[in-house]
Amino acid sequence: MTFDAQYFDIGRLDRLSYRDTFVHHLDPRVKVIATMLFLFTVISFPKYEVVALVPFFLFPVLLMTLGEIPVRFILRKVLLVSPFAILIGVFNPFLDTGTVAIIAGIPISAGSLSFLSILLKFTLTISAALLLIATTSFPGVCHALRRLGLPSLFVSQLLFLYRYIFVLMEEAMRITRARDMRSFGTRGAGIKVFVRLIGTLFVRTVDRAERIYYAMLSRGFQGDIPSLRRARIAVTDLAYLTAMVMFLAVFRFYRVTEGIGCLAQGLLR
Amino acid sequence: MHMADALLSPAVGMTLWAGTAAVGGYASKKLKERIDDRTIPLMGVLGAFIFASQMINFTIPGTGSSGHLGGGMILAIILGPHAAFLVMASVLTVQALFFADGGLLALGCNIWNLGFYPCYLVYPLLYKPLIGESQNPGRIVAVSLVSAVAVLQLGAFSVVLETLLSGKSELPFGAFLLLMQPIHLAIGIIEGFVTAAIINHVRSARPEILDGIAASRPLGAGISLKKVMITFVVLAVVTGGVLSWFASTHPNGLEWSIEKVTGKGELPEQEHGTAPVLKGIQEKTAFLPDYGFKPAGNEPKKEKMAPAWPGIEAGTSAAGIIGAAIVLGLILLIGVGIRSFRGRDA
Repeated sequence: MTFDAQYFDIGRLDRLSYRDTFVHHLDPRVKVIATMLFLFTVISFPKYEVVALVPFFLFPVLLMTLGEIPVRFILRKVLLVSPFAILIGVFNPFLDTGTVAIIAGIPISAGSLSFLSILLKFTLTISAALLLIATTSFPGVCHALRRLGLPSLFVSQLLFLYRYIFVLMEEAMRITRARDMRSFGTRGAGIKVFVRLIGTLFVRTVDRAERIYYAMLSRGFQGDIPSLRRARIAVTDLAYLTAMVMFLAVFRFYRVTEGIGCLAQGLLR
Repeated sequence: MHMADALLSPAVGMTLWAGTAAVGGYASKKLKERIDDRTIPLMGVLGAFIFASQMINFTIPGTGSSGHLGGGMILAIILGPHAAFLVMASVLTVQALFFADGGLLALGCNIWNLGFYPCYLVYPLLYKPLIGESQNPGRIVAVSLVSAVAVLQLGAFSVVLETLLSGKSELPFGAFLLLMQPIHLAIGIIEGFVTAAIINHVRSARPEILDGIAASRPLGAGISLKKVMITFVVLAVVTGGVLSWFASTHPNGLEWSIEKVTGKGELPEQEHGTAPVLKGIQEKTAFLPDYGFKPAGNEPKKEKMAPAWPGIEAGTSAAGIIGAAIVLGLILLIGVGIRSFRGRDA
């Protein structure tokens, strides 16, 4: 994937967060807490757990549908970052060869169970994190984190970073485009030219920081970026959080999936 | 390389988060004491610079593959350890949220691996003493090279340790180490060259920039090694303590997980609530013979193949698979249902 595409992807996630749905209107703090609880519950499952993880897909699916987030967009992003988890997990079936079950005559090794478990957990955790941004907006998450106790200096840092990623990425795109137009084949793609380009970008960045600082000073900057939006926890927020906690508790501590499976078998007989 | 949520156990993830939060709090406290307002926008914009610089690729000599700047070391050199740590943390946070690189629980590990080592270990203990007051370009190259290699080796080693302690991967320690360390040696060498080259380029083109940043940051030069060491030792002790406490609560992780997998060793809370209902259903359906997929003839073979897995009932796994399929179907149905309902509304 080219970095141009990555750039536009950041913009797309940002645009999705300004939609007007029920999920988007929930308090950012509640969404941050709910997402963290969800992630924690999912990775707390032991390494061979597969079946009990399946019901947890309800959470991303509900967020995607109620928040009107395109499924394919999220799936593509999940796929994009999957190589590391796959690389580390793919050895499990070959290293952990004890047979745990025989299904339709095919022996299932413990390693393939744990690999499958890693894949499920990976999809769940990554999509939950992406959906948090897609339904909350990055500044929303930042201000929520500040209210939850993160140092305001770090929150300002995040907000600045986010604001200037777009500006500097455009600058970097212009620089690469200029280089590509002046170089043929492998010429100009080497480390020497790269260093000069980065050096130039760096000098421009520092100059820009200087200008930003003066512009902010003249607007009354005192070392902090406050949020003007007043946030209040409403009844719907509390209801959302309660439902989330109950959902997580039920599916973490009771083996609901197998119960349903047994029920279905019983009905079929 | 970024750690991923899926490879992490809660104990390891939370421990690293605790360490990262402690260092982050320390960094912002230190920075707040002596910060120049001017540094705040500079830090933000430099974080964005790290992202933007990753868009410009270069061809690695001799291989034809392309590389880009990682960033920890160059930030530490330019901004000093405290500011650099916060910038690195913010860069990794944005990467976790927007590119889904890593994950939110693994973010603690990633900030530790890619932020703590360059800023609080390699910069004060290796880079600073080796470089001294020198501005000699050759020396900058040599020292940056050593530092960047050290940073990446430490980071890669941490990834190995964190993965192994989490116990989700079956890779043996040695093989995993052999997989990670050489790759990161190569990456470290490239990172070192690029870092040094950028510093040298900026120094020759606009020397006042580096000096100006250094002057507006009185904390970088005066950082006391002793304090850093003490903090590190305290953190290590705390981390070790927490880890071993977690380790002792689950003395035998494997047995515990086997119990979970086979559905034995149920939790005591299941005496009441929905569990007995489901259990009742399970018991009612379980007397039905041969509902499992397992052909009866395979039984002795299974016993022979897996003596370490007692009490495995194909019935349980069959129920699990059927249940999973039904649940998945239901979830999809809910998703599609809501979507089509909405579509009709609009």
